[in-house]
Amino acid sequence: MTAGTPVLATAVADRLALRARWRPLEVAFWGAAIASLLLLPGKHLILAEIAILGLFALSLDLILGYAGIISLGHAAFFGFGAYAAGLLAKHHVIDEPVLALLASGLAAAALGFATSFLVLRGSDLTRLMVTLGIAMLLREAANRFDGITGGADGLQGIATAPLLGRFAFDITGYVAYAYVLAVLFLLFVVARRVVHSPFGLSLRSIKGNTLRASAIGIPVNARLVAIYTLSACYAGMAGALLTQTTSFCSLDVFSFERSADLLLVLIIGGTGYLYGGLAGAVAFKLMQDWLASLTPQYWQFWIGLLLVAIVLVGRERVAARLGGLRGLFKRGR
Amino acid sequence: MLTILFDGVAYGMLLFVLASGLAVTLGLMNFINLAHGAFAMAGGYAAVVLVNKLGWPFFAALPLAFVIPALAGLVLERTLYRHVYARSHLEQVLFTIGLAFMAVAATDYLMGSQQVFVQLPRWLEGQFSIGGVGVGKYRLMIIAVCGVLTIALQFALSRTRFGSRLRAAVDDPRTAQGLGIHVNAVFAVTFAVGSGLAGLGGALGAEILGLDPHFPLKFMIYFLIVVAVGGTSSITGPFLAALLLGIGDVAGKYYVPKFGAFAIYTIMIVVLILRPQGLFSRVQGK
Repeated sequence: MTAGTPVLATAVADRLALRARWRPLEVAFWGAAIASLLLLPGKHLILAEIAILGLFALSLDLILGYAGIISLGHAAFFGFGAYAAGLLAKHHVIDEPVLALLASGLAAAALGFATSFLVLRGSDLTRLMVTLGIAMLLREAANRFDGITGGADGLQGIATAPLLGRFAFDITGYVAYAYVLAVLFLLFVVARRVVHSPFGLSLRSIKGNTLRASAIGIPVNARLVAIYTLSACYAGMAGALLTQTTSFCSLDVFSFERSADLLLVLIIGGTGYLYGGLAGAVAFKLMQDWLASLTPQYWQFWIGLLLVAIVLVGRERVAARLGGLRGLFKRGR
Repeated sequence: MLTILFDGVAYGMLLFVLASGLAVTLGLMNFINLAHGAFAMAGGYAAVVLVNKLGWPFFAALPLAFVIPALAGLVLERTLYRHVYARSHLEQVLFTIGLAFMAVAATDYLMGSQQVFVQLPRWLEGQFSIGGVGVGKYRLMIIAVCGVLTIALQFALSRTRFGSRLRAAVDDPRTAQGLGIHVNAVFAVTFAVGSGLAGLGGALGAEILGLDPHFPLKFMIYFLIVVAVGGTSSITGPFLAALLLGIGDVAGKYYVPKFGAFAIYTIMIVVLILRPQGLFSRVQGK
């Protein structure tokens, strides 16, 4: 052990701590979120939806923005969590929403862990196919086993019990939004801690250059499995929140459109700094609301146009954010 | 039993013609085109308009079902796609999903959201039996047409000057350019032909697969399965994969209707796990 090592270790720790400091803008962001809870009483339902989408996007950002894994089937975990929460509440296995949320998150994490080994093999085309395939498989399962899941009619008759045994969910969505926002904040803090830790740093190096990362002794696969599992857990909790706040859950949670929209959300906001998902969720929902009021049936067209435009026009911005991905994904080598 | 096999072969051949364009863009040009189904849909709707509205004979409409998507493909390739070739796969995915969404919504707007069918000539309806095996005339026609197309495609890629230019352009665009091959033109033509084939497949398959505005998204996974399972290094791989998929899907839906779709996805995932490069690829690690 040389004398320089502890000094270096402290320097690295200091540097990490500096990067992990809360900035004024971040405080302002969360301040605004709390203000929206108090000041926008008529909008709580849509705000809760936005927060759920934000959490879902955050989960994708963990793997896409930090580990460079493209997924076209992230809705698999969202849907799994959603159905888990629905079934837990419907059959009164766990009535208390917070516990049910944790259980659903764990269930999704287990699925994420199990499937991570499939996803991490092969090139990105294989990854796209496998993630997409897993989502389709689950959707098909939910459709076929209609005795358990209600099939195409969706899971009905879910009554969400009062939060912590005290706060009943009301029609205005006040409790729902407060609950979703609190969960989002807590999970965000955890995610923030994770990505600013040495673990998070190692993920970034894997994303930057997998070969070099493994050459300096980072256990690449173990790290990717870990972050994929965490991401699945987050997505599952987002799904569970959706079921709990809407008391309903349908096959739609597994749909390809949901995964594709999620990519758009994240790209609007930008990947790799955690707030991208949240900002993207706000922008996406507002835009969807606006487009749907303009052209109720065909808003998907404008979403598509936006995707094309982002890739073609906003290439500098997107390219700057995804610069690291490019090398990783080129020709699957 | 043999009828199922026959239907499966027809279905598989159809999938191959639909997906062959994707096999070329994805396998040879290394471009993930999730909007491929939109070209198939364009061909299908072209046939519907020509046959049902304008009263063209079915076989006169087929060439146009090839030409229209091919032209659309050529224009889109020149104006939009070529900017995206060199991008990351993520951007290609986003871009082509965007295109697919636009195609779905635009078709919904122009043609309505209900499922449509092409009116077939009378003599193609019904079936006859050979040694107790029921053979649908329409399906027999599909097998014949797709078989001819497959052979032509294989020949074009492996035996003609254009095929070798294409393979050279894919392997090393710079060197190919230096040797006097117009790489951009080669890619554009390839893309157009792929789109045209998809359109032809869409027109032929409207009867079997069903045609509605959600076609591109509904069948995207099938096309991708064909290419991913078949491997992207040759055209025979996707062909065999398409046949397997067609037979497997038809048989699965017939024998175990409750688990039909599971079988397809499970097989795909298992194959991709065991052979990430595809079942029939010769070149490893590309």
